Amino acid sequence: MPRQFASFVSGLIFGAGLLISGMTRPEKVLGFLDIFGAWDATLLFVMAGAVAVTAAGFAMARRQARPILARHFQWPTRQDIDPQLLGGAALFGVGWGLVGLCPGPALVNLACLGVPVIVFVAAMACGMIGVDLWRERKAATAGAGAPRATGRP
Amino acid sequence: MHHLTPWAGLLGGALIGLASVLLMLFNGRIAGISGIFGDLLTARNRGWRLAFVAGLLAAPLLAALGGATLPVPTMPASFTLIAIAGLLVGIGTRLGGGCTSGHGVCGNARLSARSIAATVTFMVVAIVTVAVVRHGIGG
Repeated sequence: MPRQFASFVSGLIFGAGLLISGMTRPEKVLGFLDIFGAWDATLLFVMAGAVAVTAAGFAMARRQARPILARHFQWPTRQDIDPQLLGGAALFGVGWGLVGLCPGPALVNLACLGVPVIVFVAAMACGMIGVDLWRERKAATAGAGAPRATGRP
Repeated sequence: MHHLTPWAGLLGGALIGLASVLLMLFNGRIAGISGIFGDLLTARNRGWRLAFVAGLLAAPLLAALGGATLPVPTMPASFTLIAIAGLLVGIGTRLGGGCTSGHGVCGNARLSARSIAATVTFMVVAIVTVAVVRHGIGG
């Protein structure tokens, strides 16, 4: 239960950060991506603030033996740059550029219960489930016991 | 039309960073939203993921209780276009193992080569996509 509470608080602060930064508004995001139009550099400041605080906090976490409420730090370990990483990032880039929503802002925007956002999140969920099903099928045909690739950052 | 809001951006960004640090310090997890949401749909151990997504949704609701207006995002008129974009975001973030939070914030803060490569890729592709859609450049 305390772990769920910590997650909830983290999600809440994350959501507040997205709202305050303006990144839940697709026009702000598209304004950043539109370098040939009236460029809005705000996203750069959001990234700078987020990365700076995260880098400092992660350095602090690295000095701890374990998390406060869990047994291990689950730091990503993969180093390889594979086609799925780059291909996936490229597909994400097209979707992001078309509408100006990435997963975090899309979920925060669900609160308004607008039909367009619901359609976006439902399609996003289908895409994610589809990839997992494809990977399971691939792993099954590649032979039983093959480890499931998750490809986390 | 849209103005640069650097201070709100920095403050909001710092809060996003704080949230990522808290999730790691307390639960040992990376705050990657596509991963958290995707695993909520397909994996086991849903509790903390559900709580995180509930927190994301609670943010605008609490702000509304405090007198702020619920944000209604400006979206394209075409549901087909919205669905295609959502599908691409879902497939892409799952294949690529992260989005603007997992790769863009947490991964770049760790100087992960994978995350830097992913971030450069989705940024460049998104910029090209907007250029093609809005200005017809190369399209």
